[in-house]
Amino acid sequence: MNLILIAVISLGAIALVLAAILYVASKKFAVYEDPRIAQVGEVLPQANCGGCGYPGCSGFADACVKAGSLDGKFCPVGGQPVMAKIADILGLAAGEAEPMVAVVRCNGTCANRPRTNQYDGAKSCAIAASLYGGETGCSYGCLGCGDCVAACRFDAIHMNPETGIPEVDEAKCTACGACVKACPKAIIEIRPQGKKSRRVYVSCVNKDKGAVARKACTVSCIGCGKCVKTCPFEAITLENNLAYIDPAKCKSCRKCEEVCPQGTIVALNFPPRKPKTEEATAAAPKAAVAPKETAAAPKETAEAPKVTE
Amino acid sequence: MLKTFSIGGVHPHENKLSAHQPIITAEVPAKAVILLGQHIGAPAKPIVAKGDVVKVGTKIAEPAGFVSAAIHSSVSGKVAKIDTIVDASGYAKPAIFIDVEGDEWEETIDRSTTLVKECELSTEEIVKKIADAGIVGLGGACFPTQVKLCPPPSFKAECVIINAVECEPYLTADHQLMLEHAEEIMVGVSILMKAVKVNKAFIGIENNKPDAIELMTKVASGYAGIEVVPLKVKYPQGGEKQLIDAITKRQVASGALPISTGAVVQNVGTAFAVYEAVQKNKPLFERVITVTGKSVAKPSNFLARIGTPMKQLIDACGGLPEDTGKVIGGGPMMGKALVNIEVPTAKGSSGILIMNRKEAKRGEAQTCIRCAKCVSACPMGLEPYLLGALSENGDFETMEKERIMDCIECGSCQFTCPANRPLLDYCRLGKGKVGAMIRARQAKK
Amino acid sequence: MENKLIVSLSPHVHGGDSVQKNMYGVLIALIPAFLVSLYFFGLGALIVTATSVAACLFFEWAIGKYLLKKPTTTICDGSAIITGVLLAFNLPSNLPIWIIILGALFAIGVGKMSFGGLGCNPFNPALAGRVFLLLSFPVQMTSWPVVGQLTAYTDATTGATPLALMKQAIHAADKSAAMDALNRIPDALSLLIGQNGGCLGEVSALALLLGLVYMLWKKIITWHIPVSILATVFIFAGIMHLADPEKYVSPVLQLLSGGLMLGAVFMATDYVTSPMSKKGMLIYGVCIGLLTVVIRLFGAYPEGMSFAILIMNAFTPLINTYCKPKRFGEVAKKK
Repeated sequence: MNLILIAVISLGAIALVLAAILYVASKKFAVYEDPRIAQVGEVLPQANCGGCGYPGCSGFADACVKAGSLDGKFCPVGGQPVMAKIADILGLAAGEAEPMVAVVRCNGTCANRPRTNQYDGAKSCAIAASLYGGETGCSYGCLGCGDCVAACRFDAIHMNPETGIPEVDEAKCTACGACVKACPKAIIEIRPQGKKSRRVYVSCVNKDKGAVARKACTVSCIGCGKCVKTCPFEAITLENNLAYIDPAKCKSCRKCEEVCPQGTIVALNFPPRKPKTEEATAAAPKAAVAPKETAAAPKETAEAPKVTE
Repeated sequence: MLKTFSIGGVHPHENKLSAHQPIITAEVPAKAVILLGQHIGAPAKPIVAKGDVVKVGTKIAEPAGFVSAAIHSSVSGKVAKIDTIVDASGYAKPAIFIDVEGDEWEETIDRSTTLVKECELSTEEIVKKIADAGIVGLGGACFPTQVKLCPPPSFKAECVIINAVECEPYLTADHQLMLEHAEEIMVGVSILMKAVKVNKAFIGIENNKPDAIELMTKVASGYAGIEVVPLKVKYPQGGEKQLIDAITKRQVASGALPISTGAVVQNVGTAFAVYEAVQKNKPLFERVITVTGKSVAKPSNFLARIGTPMKQLIDACGGLPEDTGKVIGGGPMMGKALVNIEVPTAKGSSGILIMNRKEAKRGEAQTCIRCAKCVSACPMGLEPYLLGALSENGDFETMEKERIMDCIECGSCQFTCPANRPLLDYCRLGKGKVGAMIRARQAKK
Repeated sequence: MENKLIVSLSPHVHGGDSVQKNMYGVLIALIPAFLVSLYFFGLGALIVTATSVAACLFFEWAIGKYLLKKPTTTICDGSAIITGVLLAFNLPSNLPIWIIILGALFAIGVGKMSFGGLGCNPFNPALAGRVFLLLSFPVQMTSWPVVGQLTAYTDATTGATPLALMKQAIHAADKSAAMDALNRIPDALSLLIGQNGGCLGEVSALALLLGLVYMLWKKIITWHIPVSILATVFIFAGIMHLADPEKYVSPVLQLLSGGLMLGAVFMATDYVTSPMSKKGMLIYGVCIGLLTVVIRLFGAYPEGMSFAILIMNAFTPLINTYCKPKRFGEVAKKK
């Protein structure tokens, strides 16, 4: 009995002393933190992808609260709904931001771009790029080792084993830009998703002269400049033998796609131009092989492009 | 007990198939392509234009900066164009294309084979002549020689070390050069000693070349201050830091210049080129190249003009074998695999190694079993297993702390790895990234 | 070009060493010890070893295929066979089959595959299996048959091992009892050759040393770990012996008895669970030696090798973090 009493008293005393210390410490060393930071943090997706440009979600929350304005701040993962919630919490106006998506600007599939050698090193684009120009005659294009796939935290980009080119799953892509950073060839670009996911872009980054580029890949941009002349909105620029469509100016008229002799310009998710061809050829790879039939069926679900017959 | 470096090292099969093959003068190519970036540092600036007539030895490009080197025409003829060519890396690089007509040399070049022993030039004149001749380190690193001969004033050179180790398997160019031009090399070494104002030189030769050791020792006795040091065979003895350690027992501290140990290391081929440049007025436009491989019909050593397509040299050895899997510019441990065999030779081309498909294919990588063999093999005392894993996970900050920048990329770790892991691939990637990080940090300051 | 050139970074040659070569090298080194155990324990040794190896291979295959869903099976790399043999070597030769299978399941399933398979396990799988059995079935695991019963299996007569006798001497009530126990320990020579009653593989120190020589010759392991363990045990046990020779046996007997030799040569040197740098290996070896002697002389169990190795396995990552190999150029810095 005595023993139990001693144990209870001594333990109780220790507990009391420690509690007192904890209480004093918590009061004395308390750091004030804006409660709104925690609130904002709660609505954020907590993916900690860094796509907003801040170190993780807490960093973004902190920045939102402290800046006093939401201009230029956008959570690509949560998108507009999350930004609206943050704006609610902070009593600010959310900046308008267009939904963006990662776009792979290379169509150098096994069929389009013949292999000239065989890479036998570690399966990493960064390593292959540090070694040499790649397995094909095009030293600008996709190396196909899948660094972008490894970098994606949302399972939104996958290698197509048939083409050897990564494909973006629009539904999952948050445009965080991790793949852009991972790609040593700077092939992937974050572009506006476009209305109904319709967008036109140059699916090539080859800066070689026309003849060299054409020899290396059947769908390479040869820098002929036809698209530049055709574009009624001056959205296309030609630099270093490579055309680029400025998404801000592009009105998706698809005139450039028509004139491109190489089928390099891809118009994605547009309705079939002429219902002549029955095939519902969907998406980039096929579209680029046969540029004249670029009739991409509108997809209800924005899934990874698949060739469906 | 023979000298060697103190940490790590491996013993690859030597496979010196072309040993004792006399140096054959290769045919002058019909078209020469001379790359502008044949050295470490800025690519040279061309000083000729399309249509210009050049002779053998005409300077066609000027150094573009302090760390850069002049380039001379290796053929006579007309400049066809200045354009890009896909080099060994698969990237387009600027080069001067020359259509060959005849073989007319610059009159200033002394083409006789008589040995010129005396050199009355001053230190500055020697260094200037070496710079004018466009000489770079011929061991493979291609560091401009004149830069190495002018160390920062805070360091004092104490000795010249001549790298005649040739620790890369297969290659025999330096070995054969020593056998055929021992006297010239000695004069070249004496000139180098004069250039850095020292009176001691060591020539390090691995003892798998006993004939070269014997001959060089005999010839060296006629020259003051030159000593031949036989070394125990171990890769990578030809690494600058390893060679200094092996011969002087001094180790270059992490991040320090090799000159901090008082040693100026030059390749034996460089010594020969220095002799030719200073005594014979002959700029660097040809060099000895080993063409070898187990499937090659006739492994040979060639004296080839720079800018000769590699294919021509391979053809001279009996052509590209049927089952060729890999063509390597340089040796098997540090050489570069070629994307095509049309690429021209450069100043740093010490050999062309042809491997069949079976030899060429890497084994399948397995998981690391933590056997620590890479740690034992690393000549820099690093932990390749750890660096490889860190690089794979993208933890470059920790890699820097683990001293990735000390890595000399010798490949001993990957050579020894029982699990066939691509350790050096990942270490190189990390080294590149960490190097960029360090440069970015310095730029900020 | 139909014949595409292969391109990769240097080095373009490989030394030809492989995981399999190392693993089968270890197995070859284990052969002398296995033969000796057959000679002394006969049928029992054969049954235990065969069961253990078969069970380990089965679990490695089954877990790899059905739980981890690895595309290729890893049973060919030899590591599971080593685990099986080493587990068997750490068991008494009269252990019932079902206990052995349980031990193999723990060794492969928990000790190895749960961490991801070869190369990822923090603890030596065979030792994990043995300690699991030791703690679960203390009676079966500590009744060792007397050597020389060639046809006996579970029915073998059991007897005290040298280590048990040493423990008896330490805990003896009076001097005469201690002396009595000490006198029953066989002399060093017979321990060396194989009168060492106990687990299968522990029988002959000589056979194990032969294995050590083979592995050193083939460069499968380096000398650092075994030598540091043996030296530490010798010195520490020697000091204790000098302090009280009537209580503590001579260090030579300590070295030759029990699982010390087996542990020092085959268990502590396991690639995956031992430190990477030479300095780290020495620290690891010394600590194992110290812990073993401490457990042997002062602990509750007569044998401390397994526990010592497992404890140091846990410290291996820490040792790896703080014991870096000698970097090139550090000598020059100090000058």
